[in-house]
Amino acid sequence: MTSPARSTDALVVFSRVHKSYDGTSFAVRGLDLHVRRGEFLTLLGPSGSGKTTTLMMLAGFETPGSGEILFEGRPITGTPPHRRNFGMVFQNYALFPHLTVGGNVCYPLEVRGVPRAERERRAAQALAMVRLEGLSSRRPDQLSGGQRQRVALARALVFEPPLVLMDEPLGALDKQLREHMQVELRELHRRLGTTFLYVTHDQGEALTLSDRVAVFAGGELQQVDTPEALYEQPANRFVAGFVGDAVTLAGTLADSGEPARVALPGGGVLEGVNVQAAAAGTPVLACIRPERIGLLAPGAAAANTVAATALDATYLGDHVRLRCALPGQEPIGVPLPLAALPAPPHGTPVRLELPARHLRLYA
Amino acid sequence: MEAGALREALRRESRARTLRALALAAPLALFLLLTFLVPIGALLVRAVDNPEVARALPRTVEALRGWRGEAAPPEPAFAALAGDLSAIDDQAEAGALARRLNSDASGARSLVMATWRALRAPASEGNAAVQAAPPAAGARAPLLAIDPRWGEPRFWEVIARNGARWTPDYLLAAVDLRRDAGGAIAAMPPEQTVFRAILWRTLGIAAAVTLGCLLLGYPLAWWLATLPARTASRVLILVLVPFWTSILVRVAGWIVLLQSGGLVNQGLLAAGLVEAPLALLFNRTGVIVAMVHILLPFMILPLYSVMRAVPPDYLRAAVSLGSHPLQAFRRTVVPLTWPGIGTGCLLVFILALGYYVTPALVGGPSDQMLSYSVAQYANVNLNWGMACALGTVLLAVTLVLYGLYRRLGRAELAP
Ligand SMILES: Nc1ncnc2c1ncn2[C@@H]1O[C@H](COP(=O)(O)OP(=O)(O)OP(=O)(O)O)[C@@H](O)[C@H]1O
Ligand SMILES: [Mg+2]
Repeated sequence: MTSPARSTDALVVFSRVHKSYDGTSFAVRGLDLHVRRGEFLTLLGPSGSGKTTTLMMLAGFETPGSGEILFEGRPITGTPPHRRNFGMVFQNYALFPHLTVGGNVCYPLEVRGVPRAERERRAAQALAMVRLEGLSSRRPDQLSGGQRQRVALARALVFEPPLVLMDEPLGALDKQLREHMQVELRELHRRLGTTFLYVTHDQGEALTLSDRVAVFAGGELQQVDTPEALYEQPANRFVAGFVGDAVTLAGTLADSGEPARVALPGGGVLEGVNVQAAAAGTPVLACIRPERIGLLAPGAAAANTVAATALDATYLGDHVRLRCALPGQEPIGVPLPLAALPAPPHGTPVRLELPARHLRLYA
Repeated sequence: MEAGALREALRRESRARTLRALALAAPLALFLLLTFLVPIGALLVRAVDNPEVARALPRTVEALRGWRGEAAPPEPAFAALAGDLSAIDDQAEAGALARRLNSDASGARSLVMATWRALRAPASEGNAAVQAAPPAAGARAPLLAIDPRWGEPRFWEVIARNGARWTPDYLLAAVDLRRDAGGAIAAMPPEQTVFRAILWRTLGIAAAVTLGCLLLGYPLAWWLATLPARTASRVLILVLVPFWTSILVRVAGWIVLLQSGGLVNQGLLAAGLVEAPLALLFNRTGVIVAMVHILLPFMILPLYSVMRAVPPDYLRAAVSLGSHPLQAFRRTVVPLTWPGIGTGCLLVFILALGYYVTPALVGGPSDQMLSYSVAQYANVNLNWGMACALGTVLLAVTLVLYGLYRRLGRAELAP
């Protein structure tokens, strides 16, 4: 449908966008973000980080304090929300309770003056797309949560908007249904090729669904990247801690070179990646994904190791988690394959390998 | 055995619970009975109650049975009347009869009282003559001697018509109907019709006030509903302030504002919007303005409570789907607030129907509502039958409206 060149250009551009509700604190600060045509982009962040505000500014329900939002290269700050032509799905569905399912799905077509026959055809098509054929004459309160969510989706898609905005659309569903709907959303996005902008505070959901994830904290954009890059190369301390599990060790940067070296308080020096180009002597946090840590067999040698003491092991079915104490650090959990059983008993000195290219140092 | 004992224990427990519930509800039930049901019952009874003639003149009524009023009353009726009247011992009872007959035929009061006194006077000539006369000789002449007006059939008609213990006349009169001489229901002669016009006026004013309250209250209630809860409850207090002010004080306030030298007119004159002061007081405008002000809270409160339950997301959803904000409001918020609109309008309309003080104080003679006539009959004419009949009409209108509301409401809420 679109040429490869166009499929990567920006559909939406946020440019230095600020927003404050109360005049003293920023809900969104200095936001620069490109939403690419046809991608599934998720805004991820803890509660109050400005995700909804960002979405609402794009939808037109909030106005940026300063900065510019471009859609297809044109500023849209002056366009009223009903003329922006974006599909929108709300967390609580916001299905009109006085209309039937069919009435809800027809609504956007009706206000666009689509003739009745055509309207019904397209509504039926949209309902079929979310696998809700035959429920058109029900009232929203006669549907289950998952069905309501699908009606909301059909209603947001039926007028074929170039961009669909969703604010925690699966937040009200239970875990199983949520996972099921995630698969369907993903599939729907693949089939339609429409640009989806999705908001969630659930990092698992963000990683599962998205082509790219934008991580927010305190109103500021931390990092925009593919799920893999986000996980493997977090840009800062916050992203490393927020997305996925991370083992963190506090230390001081001893050498800011390439590779950089961090001195741990209990003695011992580790090599790692100096992500933020910190200067030598600054206190840093060394972060690594637990599954990258290796437990060395007694007598084996490896680079970049640290001495620790085994505390206890927890059996988790597919792996065992060994808690280890390091001098001057919080205890850390190291996942061990089942083959490594039995785990070292309490008090055993062990050596842990932290590969240098996976150990990331944050100022 | 075991099961039986358990069942017995459960029964005892549930009986105790029922008794407790009854005991808790009893004071209110009693209160409602005494202050609500009994007065309404009394009102309904009073509207058809007609004891005076039946009690005081039983023989006369009997003698007039079958008489249709075409000719002179039958001879025995005169004797029966003389007998009945002389049998009345109590001045108060005679007075009640006289008042009752007078309300249907003017002049009957003096006629009845004079005749009664003449008949009761121990040695009076007429008395002796009437009582001495043998029934066959007829009591007609002696009665006519006491007062020649007994020769007019209209007084006899009134007696004959009110011979029954209960009468539909008040209720008929309240809707400008009457019974003709033959007892058939007919329209009042045009020069005597008054209540239908007043009823229509009452309904018209109530409707105008309801509309005014809706137009002013709906946007305000919506604004309140979109405020944060704390702010909203503070603003709501302002809405309720009128509740805490005496109705007379508020009406006096309106008089000050609306009179020809009042604030409103001064403002309009100063702004150059009018040449001469507008007549805002002692006419329909004044009545409607003052009533809207007084009744506004009854519209705002039900609307507000319904609107609070409408999440703002519906509006946003409709706008995001392409509706202009006004269209979105009309197509989502308005349908969802029908119950509040219905309740508010019903409340205001029903309350407005019974308004008395406000029109009496800020209205002109042609702005008085039905309750003004009720008060007039109750306080000035002492015609409780008419007062209660008009009250019954108001009650009937209210019940019909409520029935309509229930029916529409059910249709609206049905899935
Ligand atoms: N209408 C509002 N008025 C005032 N402050 C607001 C308003 N909406 C949001 N805020 C503030 O702006 C900041 C960002 O809020 P926002 O709703 O965008 O967060 P979010 O990332 O969507 O959080 P959540 O995951 O809880 O939905 C928060 O500090 C919030 O308190
Ligand atoms: Mg949010």
